[in-house]
Amino acid sequence: MSDDLWILGTSMTPFGRHTDLDVVDLASQAALGALDDGGVGIADMDVLACGSLFQASAGLGQQLQDQIGQTGIPVYNVSNACATGATALRTVIMSIKAGESDMGLAVGVEQMGKMGLLAGASRRAEENVYEPSGRYGSVMSVDGILGTNTMPGVFAQAGMKYAYENDGVEFEQFAKVAHKNHAHSTVNPLAQYQKEFSLEEIMQSPMTSYPNTLLMCCPTGDGAAAAVVISGERLRSLSSEQQRRAVKISASVLTSDPYVEGGQVQPDVNTLTRNAATAAYEAAGVGPEDLDLVELHDCFATAELIHYDNLQLCEPGGAGDFIDSGAPYRDGSMPVNVSGGLISKGHPIGATGIANVFEVATHLRGEAGDRQIPDAKVGLTHVIGLGSSCGVHILEAAAA
Amino acid sequence: MTEENAAPEQIPIVDYLNLSDPPFLLAQQCDSCGARFFDRRNACASCGGRSFSEAKVSSEGVLEAFSIVHRAAPTIPVPYVSAIVKTDDGTSVRTNIINTPADTEHVTLGMRVSLATYEAGEDDRGTKCIAFGFEPVGR
Repeated sequence: MSDDLWILGTSMTPFGRHTDLDVVDLASQAALGALDDGGVGIADMDVLACGSLFQASAGLGQQLQDQIGQTGIPVYNVSNACATGATALRTVIMSIKAGESDMGLAVGVEQMGKMGLLAGASRRAEENVYEPSGRYGSVMSVDGILGTNTMPGVFAQAGMKYAYENDGVEFEQFAKVAHKNHAHSTVNPLAQYQKEFSLEEIMQSPMTSYPNTLLMCCPTGDGAAAAVVISGERLRSLSSEQQRRAVKISASVLTSDPYVEGGQVQPDVNTLTRNAATAAYEAAGVGPEDLDLVELHDCFATAELIHYDNLQLCEPGGAGDFIDSGAPYRDGSMPVNVSGGLISKGHPIGATGIANVFEVATHLRGEAGDRQIPDAKVGLTHVIGLGSSCGVHILEAAAA
Repeated sequence: MTEENAAPEQIPIVDYLNLSDPPFLLAQQCDSCGARFFDRRNACASCGGRSFSEAKVSSEGVLEAFSIVHRAAPTIPVPYVSAIVKTDDGTSVRTNIINTPADTEHVTLGMRVSLATYEAGEDDRGTKCIAFGFEPVGR
């Protein structure tokens, strides 16, 4: 039995504010785009996985079928924090690996509008009589009293811990990450924002959670992405053109947090990412030095910096020097987030873990237009959702 | 009013804050592997052990990570300093840094901090909620 897996088709909607479309429209656009890109139809699909963080409980996969084709195939509605899209992709991959399917469709979608700051809790105003409740026996919301629950703050702390443990990481190194990603987005027509900012503008923009300023935080937004996954055996029955454009999935890994001291106090975004990267490199038989581009989870600038180290893109402890050297810029030795990343391309949560696959696959096919990384042959995608869940995929351009 | 129904004078913001004099944090420590937790436990996330003992957490430590939060949900006063403190017995604690200005001149990575408590509110019965934070040592 052949065990190789391929991306046959992939697509994403522009990210941004789609007030004239609903979440099913967005999912339909991406799904139909991926099917068309692969030269196949919904009737060819053996399985459908639909990922959405906030809307998965609405049976989005079935609503999507209602729009693009009710063929009776199994549908999995997937929700897994910011790794939702990658988990939907992996659901289809596992179905094919298990021998239940030859070809399947993974869709990730989110319509967030202007949700604003995620995960901060308002304090009750209409108190009240104090009664301990919940797992910690708290008598009031502790957000802002016993540390922060807000995402910009939590990821700021993750970056600051790295700065504490390693030399050469200051406010400016974090800001450079955002400078790079905003600059990259100017050549991506699908990005939510396509505007370059100077380092000074980034450092002086309103402070959200030090050291993350507003321009160092990803926006909320709407969008969808989709991919058709196919077994190698089935791919070889298709046309030579379909085989030529197919992109090999050399590794697909999902991890959660192993226990570490303090991990239940401050989410540890490092260990599970390191574990996922190590497993992915081993499965693919490639090393970080073989990568031509990386799309990693820069929900905040502080996050991208520490993932240089977690994904072994830089010397251990050397993430500050790495950004200072210019290596992760699109003309550097290890281009990172040439799409603009979450910071500028946008982060409609469920879509993100497939949109990064779309980006890398598009470069590996040589179809990325103005933002093409020349001769890209191997790329890596990474997402992490707090809680935590981490998805890493390694893709390769290779003839079937 | 009977003694049972009398409102307590004060109540800790979370049940792992013990309001003895001096106050301290109380962890649930796994009897098998020593891992510490602050919530109600079903089993140990490190080794799967099911028996725990209460352990008093050191009230001094080092500031390992912080963020100065300027944007938060409505009703939460900003800026404030959110932090992770590693206590001298190796326990990570999520906390605010208090009793010092919320800026990078006064809050620095690696600085020594110690546990402090303050009144965070009062309910309709007159019971005071006591919260904790960590403050720079020497204050």
